[in-house]
Amino acid sequence: MARRLFASRYSLVGGLALVIVLLGLFLPGNFYLRVAALVYINAIAVIGLNLLMGCAGQVSLGHAGFFAIGAYAVTLGPATLGLPVWLALPAGALVSGLVAFVVGRPILKLRGYYLAVATLGLGLLIWMFFNNQSELTGGPNGMQVPRLVLFGWRAASPSTWYWISGATLILGVWIALNLIDSPSGRAFRAIHDSEIASRVLGIDIARYKLLVFVLSAVYAAIAGSYFSLFDGFVTPDAAGFLRSIEFVVMAVLGGLGSILGSIVGAAFLVALPQALTVFHEYEEIVLGLIMIVFMIFLPGGIVPSLLSLWRWRTA
Amino acid sequence: MSELLQFTFSGLTVGAIYALVALGFTLIFNTSQVVNFAQGEFVMLSGMTTVFAAAAGVPLPLAALVAILITVLFGILLYRLAVAPARDASPVTLIIITIGASIMMRGLAARIFDKNFHSFHSPFGDAPIKIGGAAILPQSLLILGGAGIIVFALWLFINRTLTGKSMLATAANPLAARLVGINTSRMIGLSFALSATIGAIGGILATPIALTNYAAGTFLALKGFVAAMLGGMGNPIGAAAGGLLLGLFEQFGAGYVSSQYKDAIAVVVLLLVLFTKPSGLFGKAGIERV
Repeated sequence: MARRLFASRYSLVGGLALVIVLLGLFLPGNFYLRVAALVYINAIAVIGLNLLMGCAGQVSLGHAGFFAIGAYAVTLGPATLGLPVWLALPAGALVSGLVAFVVGRPILKLRGYYLAVATLGLGLLIWMFFNNQSELTGGPNGMQVPRLVLFGWRAASPSTWYWISGATLILGVWIALNLIDSPSGRAFRAIHDSEIASRVLGIDIARYKLLVFVLSAVYAAIAGSYFSLFDGFVTPDAAGFLRSIEFVVMAVLGGLGSILGSIVGAAFLVALPQALTVFHEYEEIVLGLIMIVFMIFLPGGIVPSLLSLWRWRTA
Repeated sequence: MSELLQFTFSGLTVGAIYALVALGFTLIFNTSQVVNFAQGEFVMLSGMTTVFAAAAGVPLPLAALVAILITVLFGILLYRLAVAPARDASPVTLIIITIGASIMMRGLAARIFDKNFHSFHSPFGDAPIKIGGAAILPQSLLILGGAGIIVFALWLFINRTLTGKSMLATAANPLAARLVGINTSRMIGLSFALSATIGAIGGILATPIALTNYAAGTFLALKGFVAAMLGGMGNPIGAAAGGLLLGLFEQFGAGYVSSQYKDAIAVVVLLLVLFTKPSGLFGKAGIERV
């Protein structure tokens, strides 16, 4: 019974919505709302990446590139094309998806570490573009991001962004869970297990890989747009190698293939450095140590490992 | 002409450093299937240790030796405390562990040393040698020679000693290696120690011309990884060649096309190589068993 409840997507989405609403009502003060909004925004990108890595088994070390396309779309769209921000946001998602679509076919032919290094290269290219086109993007100094204005109402406060990102996260989780349970989701998992076997079964692996790659790029771009709108400032670091690595760490730490894990992983990596500021000088040392210890003792990621432990106890 | 020669010299110098990092990646990958993202930290750690030991009045050769020993100690600890306990975990979990180790070593270096850029003077002086109208620093020659010697020594070790052959056997088939009485865990530990040694020597050689600081390792790991994949993962000669090629692409790109986009040129070349030869320049095509 309990297992069924867990497996059901309605209860997962419902539970998540409940937690988000409760936290939104009872979190004391803007600092906590800010951290929570950052968790949700990161989680959106990580869920996309998790569909790609956890479900379809395709590694990407360049997802920050798509994140940055979204981040710069809401900045450059209004600044150079005169687009309103609310229109620049979906436009950014579209551009990011298009980039993924164009480069996806040749890149996704590669496997394993070769795919990892190719996506890493792609991310670096996007980073270099934003870093070097100074007359357009302000170069390494970054740019001021305009505020999102909806129906004459200006979205700037942490609580506004808390609700916007929370609602989007719920939507993102809902779409991801439905996708996993669809024929496409089963095709992704088949490709993950064995490409040759799936091809023999008649699965068009190139098409499905491309589909999940484009989808994950769209998730990353939306997260990127939110991130820069929320922050009010964007630099090329949005596309940096470290941010790509951060997304991967969030996905793996929370649990590959687990949507709930993506949120836990994002929460962990966003909230932990905030908590570690008490240690100040030792922040990086403690962060690295915690990553190692968690991966040794919960190698499948936090959520799947704890779930299987709990099932084993109750079985 | 002299311009071409100049770019070749600087490309080979940078490339030799990448080659050493890539070689370290390859050694560890072959015995343990772990992609060690802390490989760049070995280079950083030994460079920083040498600088600070030398600044404290330790003679340079002794400082370099201390740096190598400390780095090797870190390499062995990385295996024993972080990688070995998670032996059965998936490759991506192991990668996160090495990333964690890399963050930790950065933090340690920032805490024990500082966050500034450092260098030390080359004992061979800063006067460039003129060859055919191009200038090359004595330290660059040392880097190239050192990298060459390391590759040769490694080849000798692997092909001519029993321990080296045991390592090769561990890489080829761990189960069969255990059956003939090879302590595979020890061999993997040895590969970490060797990788750390190579990284440490690279750090000492590079620091006089390329500055180092606590965060330098990430960038080097990135370049080394790209070089190793360019050559074909798991092939030591490929790793060395990949490093040199990457260095040359960057310098030629910077010289003839655009210094802003020199890394972009290297990346585009990498992508083109992978699109036409998906397992790297010297890699073997893999066979998937179902």
